[in-house]
Amino acid sequence: MTTTTLSAQAAGLDQPGHGGNRLSWVVSDIATMAKRNILAVMRTPEALFFTTLQPIMFTLLFTYVFGGAIHVPGGHYIQFLMPGIFVQTVIFGAMSSAAGLAEDLHKGIIERFRALPMSRSAVLAGRTTSDLVRNVFVVVLITLVGYAVGFRIGTNFALFVCGLLVILFFAYALSWGFAYIGLSAPNAETAQVMVFPLIFPLLFASSAFVPVATMPGWLQAFAYHQPVTQVVNAARSLMVGGVLHNSGAVWASLLWCVGLLVVLAPIAVRKYRKVA
Amino acid sequence: MANSSQPTLAVEAHDLVKVFPRGNVRALDGVSLEVEAGTVLGLLGPNGAGKTTVVRILSTILGPDSGHASVLGHDVVTQPETVRSIIGLAGQYAAVDENLTGRENIHMVARLSHLSRQVSARRADELLEEFGLANAGDRVLKTYSGGMRRRLDLAAALVANPPILFLDEPTTGLDPQSRQGLWTAIEELVRGGTTVLLTTQYLEEADRLARDIVVIDHGRVIAEGTPAQLKADLGTSVVSVTLGERATLDEAVRLLAPLSEKPPIVEDVVIELTVTNGPKAGADVLRTLDAAEVPIAGLALREPSLDDVFLSLTGHKTTIEQDEDESAPPKKRFGLGRKSDATDGKDAA
Repeated sequence: MTTTTLSAQAAGLDQPGHGGNRLSWVVSDIATMAKRNILAVMRTPEALFFTTLQPIMFTLLFTYVFGGAIHVPGGHYIQFLMPGIFVQTVIFGAMSSAAGLAEDLHKGIIERFRALPMSRSAVLAGRTTSDLVRNVFVVVLITLVGYAVGFRIGTNFALFVCGLLVILFFAYALSWGFAYIGLSAPNAETAQVMVFPLIFPLLFASSAFVPVATMPGWLQAFAYHQPVTQVVNAARSLMVGGVLHNSGAVWASLLWCVGLLVVLAPIAVRKYRKVA
Repeated sequence: MANSSQPTLAVEAHDLVKVFPRGNVRALDGVSLEVEAGTVLGLLGPNGAGKTTVVRILSTILGPDSGHASVLGHDVVTQPETVRSIIGLAGQYAAVDENLTGRENIHMVARLSHLSRQVSARRADELLEEFGLANAGDRVLKTYSGGMRRRLDLAAALVANPPILFLDEPTTGLDPQSRQGLWTAIEELVRGGTTVLLTTQYLEEADRLARDIVVIDHGRVIAEGTPAQLKADLGTSVVSVTLGERATLDEAVRLLAPLSEKPPIVEDVVIELTVTNGPKAGADVLRTLDAAEVPIAGLALREPSLDDVFLSLTGHKTTIEQDEDESAPPKKRFGLGRKSDATDGKDAA
């Protein structure tokens, strides 16, 4: 224990950086929290494996089972489908923000964070950031799977990457909403179940898997005006183009992303201050 | 900071009140306490007394409804960031990350305490060594025992060398050996000048570590003093008589009452007397009951347990019951026994 007192000068109170470069400490805190979450994901590779398996199975299911029965603009279902699969995958990835935060909250580690001189919002921002990193990994993997089953970039690589960025941005904005749900849930398991009824209608009553025009009129009204459709259409425009070109959707989806982030992030932070 | 002629207060809490709206629980009902720099204050009380709430307020996790508190002169409500940079918090829940290794845990807390990468790495090495976790440092916490987790939790709390340490029931649920180990570690820290506020349910723990003791119950301070002051007063032993027949209970209580200054405590056919001279009182009890031909099934002499202390201070046992009486219990002084808890059992004379 003697070293504790010896190093009292080196560590501790008068560390530089408490005032001046405050912002750099916020960034550092977020990075530390994100790293911690990513380490946790890497320590349970099974979870990562099975959450990645799911979108791969969806890809195969829609391509080989349902695909033949679905007629889409342009005629190539796989080209129509893959942007939808990307969006589905990142939404499911962002859902882990809910479970992760609920777990932290109920295991008491947030108590420790709250008694540290770290940035208050870094717990949430670190969580959403690590889910973003995870989504980047999964999206790269799904691209490879897509290529294996016949998907081809219809525009160019730069636009394809832009498409991915829009999708990742959307997932990032959503993960703040999921964070809010995670903070409201009694435990991690419940958090996961609470998220699903919200996500299901948004994902399936959208243009992700079928053209909205094939839906009944009342459902079309919803499907056209909800963010998942806009983001999927934007991704199709940027990744595939041609008959799927839709620059209106690109702008609309960006607006949605910014709007969701601006609304959901403060709500989540406020909830965090209240419950943690 | 004040000059050296007067003892410096490291922690001050004044009239803290906290009501939890859910269930309308008045967790704290005007708690005041002071911790002198370089000393250990033991905050003693049963489950639900409000101990954790005090610690959470002092460590800025929770805001009080009224009253104020400061750590080294910094108000916990208006200067929380400063307070967080001078405190360490370790608790009964061992707030460590299951998915990380011991080293990663300490490193994370160090980085979040805004130590540089190099200092963080060095502190992780030092602390793992100091707490006997050097060999386990690179193992994921899932493989750690309860005692190892607590030590890591304490190590993490010390990463920035905080001058003030809050320990919330640091040894609850630990086996005796791990408990001893943590006590030694805490004593070392205090020798190095750290101020400690420690909550505990164990008299023994407070007795060993604390210079001053504050007892709280139902969110109120019901006794305070040094262990010596507190011990000096209330009788140091309890004579426990088990009657052979229930029919003789009233008569026995009437006969035995004069032997103690405090009213006897009756539960079923057991009568307990708090006395100053245990052996003499034991003999008196036997003589009295024998003369009156009251049959007894058992006689035991034991040191007061925390239960006895609470019973004598509040009229209820350490297990929380609904308290109808809203009037503040008067401050009393009481005796501290060596035995921590009634569950230790089997300490008959």
